[in-house]
Amino acid sequence: MSGDALNTQPTMPVTVVGGYLGAGKTTLVNHLLRQANGLRLAILVNDFGDLPIDADLIENQDENVISISGGCVCCSFGSDLIGALIDLRNLEPRPDHLLIEASGVALPGAIAESVSLLQDFKMDSIVVLADAETVQQRSREKYFSDTINRQLTSADLIVLNKCDLPGRDDLSKTETWLRNDFPNAACLCTQRAELPLCLLTEKDVLGSVIETRINARTTPFSYHPGYVTSVLEFPKGRDPNAIAAVLAHEDSGLLRAKGHIEGADGEIYTVQTVGRRSEVRRSPVGVGSVGRVVLIAPDWHVAPAELADALGGRVHIR
Amino acid sequence: MQTQEQEIIIYRARRILTMNASNPVAEYVAVRGDRVLGAGNLEELSGWGDFKLDDRFADKILAPGFVEGHSHTMEGALWSYVYCGFYDRTDPDGKVWPGLKSGEEILARLAARDRELQNEHAPISGWALDPIQYGGKSFCRADFDTVSGERPLGVLHASGHLMNVNTKALEMAGLLRLGINHSRVPLGDDGLPTGELKGPDAMMLVNNHVGFDRALLACDEQGLWQFARLCVRTGTTTATDLANPLPPESVDSMLRVTGERDFPTRIVSAKRFAAMKPADVVDSARQLRKQSSNQLRLGTVKVVLDGSMQGFTARLRQPGYFNGAPNGLWYVSPEQLQELYELALLHDVQVHIHNNGDEATDLALDMMERALRKHPHPDHRFTLQHTQMADAAQYRRMKKLGFCANVFANHHYFWGDQHLLKTVGPERAKRMNGCRTALREGVPLAIHSDAPVTQLGPLFTAWCAANRQTKSGKTIGADERISVAEALYAITLGASYTLKMDGEIGSIEIGKRADMAVLDDDPFEARPEDLKDVGVWGVVQGGRVFSAETI
Repeated sequence: MSGDALNTQPTMPVTVVGGYLGAGKTTLVNHLLRQANGLRLAILVNDFGDLPIDADLIENQDENVISISGGCVCCSFGSDLIGALIDLRNLEPRPDHLLIEASGVALPGAIAESVSLLQDFKMDSIVVLADAETVQQRSREKYFSDTINRQLTSADLIVLNKCDLPGRDDLSKTETWLRNDFPNAACLCTQRAELPLCLLTEKDVLGSVIETRINARTTPFSYHPGYVTSVLEFPKGRDPNAIAAVLAHEDSGLLRAKGHIEGADGEIYTVQTVGRRSEVRRSPVGVGSVGRVVLIAPDWHVAPAELADALGGRVHIR
Repeated sequence: MQTQEQEIIIYRARRILTMNASNPVAEYVAVRGDRVLGAGNLEELSGWGDFKLDDRFADKILAPGFVEGHSHTMEGALWSYVYCGFYDRTDPDGKVWPGLKSGEEILARLAARDRELQNEHAPISGWALDPIQYGGKSFCRADFDTVSGERPLGVLHASGHLMNVNTKALEMAGLLRLGINHSRVPLGDDGLPTGELKGPDAMMLVNNHVGFDRALLACDEQGLWQFARLCVRTGTTTATDLANPLPPESVDSMLRVTGERDFPTRIVSAKRFAAMKPADVVDSARQLRKQSSNQLRLGTVKVVLDGSMQGFTARLRQPGYFNGAPNGLWYVSPEQLQELYELALLHDVQVHIHNNGDEATDLALDMMERALRKHPHPDHRFTLQHTQMADAAQYRRMKKLGFCANVFANHHYFWGDQHLLKTVGPERAKRMNGCRTALREGVPLAIHSDAPVTQLGPLFTAWCAANRQTKSGKTIGADERISVAEALYAITLGASYTLKMDGEIGSIEIGKRADMAVLDDDPFEARPEDLKDVGVWGVVQGGRVFSAETI
């Protein structure tokens, strides 16, 4: 094995998908694979016990690896996550994004810590699914209440899934409980874990949404009703850290934001938020769309124009 | 392996303690092939026909070969590394490695290995480090850099769950950098890891660099032999290897080694349930059962419910850890456990259940109650392994549900002082590893070492259960002590029962395997405090004689 210091490849962003048994983790993974559209997703699952990939997506399968059409791959890691990550970084062609499906009893936060030990990987976000019908009750049951609470506490995004099952009042109570007890996560509702890929992968946010919206001038989020997007524009010299802090704040109501901003020092910074998690880092040389930040939300909690005003920018695309 | 033509050997001994209640003491034991033909006086035994009288044990005590109900054969492989423990420990060669009483002594022993190694890039690997013993000193990479800056160096802790490494090892593993954010990888003032790695994930990254190849540790032919030699030295004739992934290549190699003519130990290896469906592990165990040989028994399953007490990863019921640490970790869900139980009961596959904290014990019991309603079983003997925190009510449920308990008696000695102060506090430390309660409530009892977590040695384990003394000399929970006779039963018939082998081993009795511990003194006559010092000459295993001196 070559030393990590010699490795000049870019880091691979990682999303950890957690949640108790039956919350919809596997459904989500399959749904994301169906949207991959050229993005090479790698999936790590605990094991292939119950086949984690829909049969029609499978191109080939051997003991620990399932090849999926479109360059995606699914590997099982058993009890050796680190070993699987080491294998994965040597995979050719290199995946664009890694999803780790945690087992129902695992703590996604601990998996994120493991990921931080390998410098070729970078945590993007922790997504925890919750069964809208049972999660609140489960969170009080013997044995697993604290595990479920720890799972939810570690989340950047809580996906309240199967939200068509409980009645409207019950759903609303569950949502209120999640928002009150887990303020560090952004929360959204789905029926069959139908989450748009752009919420989970940074590449898609810019690559797909901006291009689609700018080039085709489509109106709101054609392929995912239920989400709204907007693009803000900032002149150079705005403080990227201040912008990130506002976008990641609970009051913004955003699920995700990403863009590139030219700071007062003339450097280009990539600003990225997922729920309450935010990150500002120097952009790679040659990034496009400088000065623009894409926002995604379930609905506008604060109008994009208000956000833009507060941050010294303007709305580029509504 | 027994035929009428085989020679009958009658051993004379100073005394033979048979553990057979209807024939408890004898002076002679007749052996034909690998079986006991009988124990009694010479006149009774001569009725079997011509025999050869063997006097070599004339001044020895013969007891049933000891049975270690919870150990890991990895103990054998570890002895190829540098022993860095605080207490004296005997290696497979019989050499006693003095315990290391200071940080300087540890570094000096590692430095000696540095000088022995020929290959300049070879790693230095140590084991059994127990920092608690050195007044809370935490070791850092700078300490180990004084041993070598060139070679990667790693020292595994006594618990097996932590490791200390030097700078070179961190560098090779890609861990010598800023920006690591991990609750179990402490950072120094410079923002770089201190070299203390507290989680299995961080250890995985360095293992290969510092010479700890996990696959090798799990099944190393030489390691298996070393383990067996330790068994001979401690009077053990059957020992468990309680949690092995058992891939086909390991099974082949274990069958080959244990089948060698002079291999002196019967190994019982359980398939570990991890990262698979319950149906697959039960199916695998059923297939493995068919591959069992006389010296390698396969076909049981081990499942791990929670973590360890001293690592604060065991699952405790309220009021939780004494020092306020958050509750531990689960490794299976109730759903998985119930499914495993049901399938195992249905297909008559025995399950050994690792449970340290009392909440894990509750889970083990609750799911069993449900599973047994669906699939009643007259004699499943599922065994609760460690089951350290169980209270009397839980023991009563074990009895009702047909569980056996294999209690971690050695834990009190090695970690009892910490249990008192940190993990569970004074009251629960008294009931912890409650052998007396198990017996009072009628739960079949075994006691164990969990080697290599603590040293292999059934007489030492019996001493622990009979005295409940900690390393600092305190007695914790005197009311949970058991008698010498009860402790000796637990390391023979008691442990055999938990392996469903009590009809075959565990007593010196007509028709059973000729497995005997050859002792210098009568352990039944020993005072409880002297039990661990009863000398072991060696064993008779499957009718073959192995002395500790020549093994």
